[in-house]
Amino acid sequence: MDSVTAVLFYAASGLALLSAMAVVAQRSPVGSAFALIVTLCSLSVLYGLLGSPFIAVLQIVVYAGAIMVLFLFVLMLLNVKREEHQPEGRGVGLLAGGLALVFLLQVGAVVLASTLQPGSPAYDASTARMARLLFSPDYLYVFEATSILILSALVGAVVLARKEPR
Amino acid sequence: MPAWAQDTLIATVKVLLIFTVLLTLFSLLTWVERRFLAFAQFRLGPNRTGPFGILQPVADGLKLFFKEDMAPKNANLLAFFAAPVLAVTAAFTAVAVVPYGPPLTLPAWGFLPQWLQGRPFSLQIADLDVGILYIFAITSLGVYGIVLAGWSANNKYSLFGGLRSSAQMFSYELSLGLSFVGLIMLAGSFRIQDIAARQAGGFWNWHVFPQFLAFLTYFISATAEVSRTPFDLPEAESELVAGYHTEYSSMKFALLQMAEYINMITVAALTANLFLGGADPGLPFLPSGGLWGLAWFGVKTLLVIFTFFWLRATVPRFRYDQLMHFGWKVLVPLATLNVLATAGWLVFSK
Amino acid sequence: MNPALVPHAVLLSLALFVIGALGVFLRRNVITVFMSIELMLNAVNLAFVAFSRSWDRLDGQVLVFFVMTVAAAEAAVGLAIVLALHRHKDTLDVDAFSLLKG
Repeated sequence: MDSVTAVLFYAASGLALLSAMAVVAQRSPVGSAFALIVTLCSLSVLYGLLGSPFIAVLQIVVYAGAIMVLFLFVLMLLNVKREEHQPEGRGVGLLAGGLALVFLLQVGAVVLASTLQPGSPAYDASTARMARLLFSPDYLYVFEATSILILSALVGAVVLARKEPR
Repeated sequence: MPAWAQDTLIATVKVLLIFTVLLTLFSLLTWVERRFLAFAQFRLGPNRTGPFGILQPVADGLKLFFKEDMAPKNANLLAFFAAPVLAVTAAFTAVAVVPYGPPLTLPAWGFLPQWLQGRPFSLQIADLDVGILYIFAITSLGVYGIVLAGWSANNKYSLFGGLRSSAQMFSYELSLGLSFVGLIMLAGSFRIQDIAARQAGGFWNWHVFPQFLAFLTYFISATAEVSRTPFDLPEAESELVAGYHTEYSSMKFALLQMAEYINMITVAALTANLFLGGADPGLPFLPSGGLWGLAWFGVKTLLVIFTFFWLRATVPRFRYDQLMHFGWKVLVPLATLNVLATAGWLVFSK
Repeated sequence: MNPALVPHAVLLSLALFVIGALGVFLRRNVITVFMSIELMLNAVNLAFVAFSRSWDRLDGQVLVFFVMTVAAAEAAVGLAIVLALHRHKDTLDVDAFSLLKG
């Protein structure tokens, strides 16, 4: 069982990495969007393997199922073709790549040097336990605040996207 | 035989069995739908192939199989091929968590191997703790098949179909999700089996009655989610030729059709489980238990499917702006109202 | 559970974050930049889930829940802004939107 988990884990990780690179490297925005959907789905597999089925399903429902559909809708509505403007010259690319490498090495070294516990096998992330924590006094008010956030986002989006009467 | 091999064997047999049943049901339903539509419109419908034309699906299948597989010149080929596969995969994946009745125990028949005699097994491929959320997640992935199909063909009608379907799915998913919330609160569980099991004991316990508002919003939104007739704007043939499958031919077209029908069957099975009591016969004197549960469940599912056909024969298509207004200004508030009412009832009845 | 999975998940999250950041720096299309930001958010989510597993606490997952909620709100408002921008300038190039006054 352990080896099956490991194989799935590394397969999903590889897929996530490759598709994430495709998101950034693609010329066509719709292609990027589909690559991002693949990344999100493989991340959902990773969440499941790390023992959080609720977050895994939520990832699909919210990210892959709702947010990305919205992105695709806008891309199709505007009928976005390939990027017209070329990316910045080689200098900026090299600079960004160098900075990214430095960041990667720095934080990677910290992660590798740290001794992260592997987590106990009896880890219980059932939906009921999740709900109990979410609605406990620790997070209840934050949870309620997010509902106001979503409502204001909804109103804001409607106001912003509406055609102004002329 | 070791335990894991037994489990794998049982799971494989279940998967193959359900796969076969679904495919058969799909081909039969295409014929039933055409005959019924013809009957409703005072026509005859396909009646030449075999007795009553029942072999029509076979003829259709053969025809589609031997047709030339074409792709438009400027299509994005990878996406064009991936779209039907994606749609069908999502449709079949969603079926995995639908339960077909309460767990069964095999009788100790002599011809069965020892380990099968008296073995309990569930009438379901995977019993997920978050079953209802899973279905919700997978059906929302099914949109991509349609959107990809519409976008990749590089045809304006297809693109419009894809655009419409993304907006439609997005809007009706909201009320669909909200209509589940009442049931989840009542059952205290995301498992479909738990929700189905708590309606046992008579038809007045079925969620259609205590949760009528939820049923109404659920059924309408589900019809929209599977793009059945009053909501078939993504493929509105009189405006968009055939919407997202305009450019598809041969087996790819068959796959898209299959995805639509499988989705419809899933929705019908889900309706039977969530709102129509699942395996419950409805009246106390009717036989229940064992295979009877499966039979009642099947009857309910088929009735819901028939309702979809009936709707198609009766109701005209929505206009696009009406669709959006209806989804956001009628269904979402209604579903929210139901959530509030259920929550209030749960709090004050304790 | 394989003990190497948690640190490897954190490393993967780091790599995804860097890829997303590169996307934000290098791409010119507003929507692609936006998608790169979503990628960065997801990288952080993965780290949260891994840490949650590592410490045997669910708080990490609750945070992921909140990140997702905020991401949904952000996507709705952000895409509405993109639509408005497109209406004004008829392009999606980030360099076209470098002025504060539209």
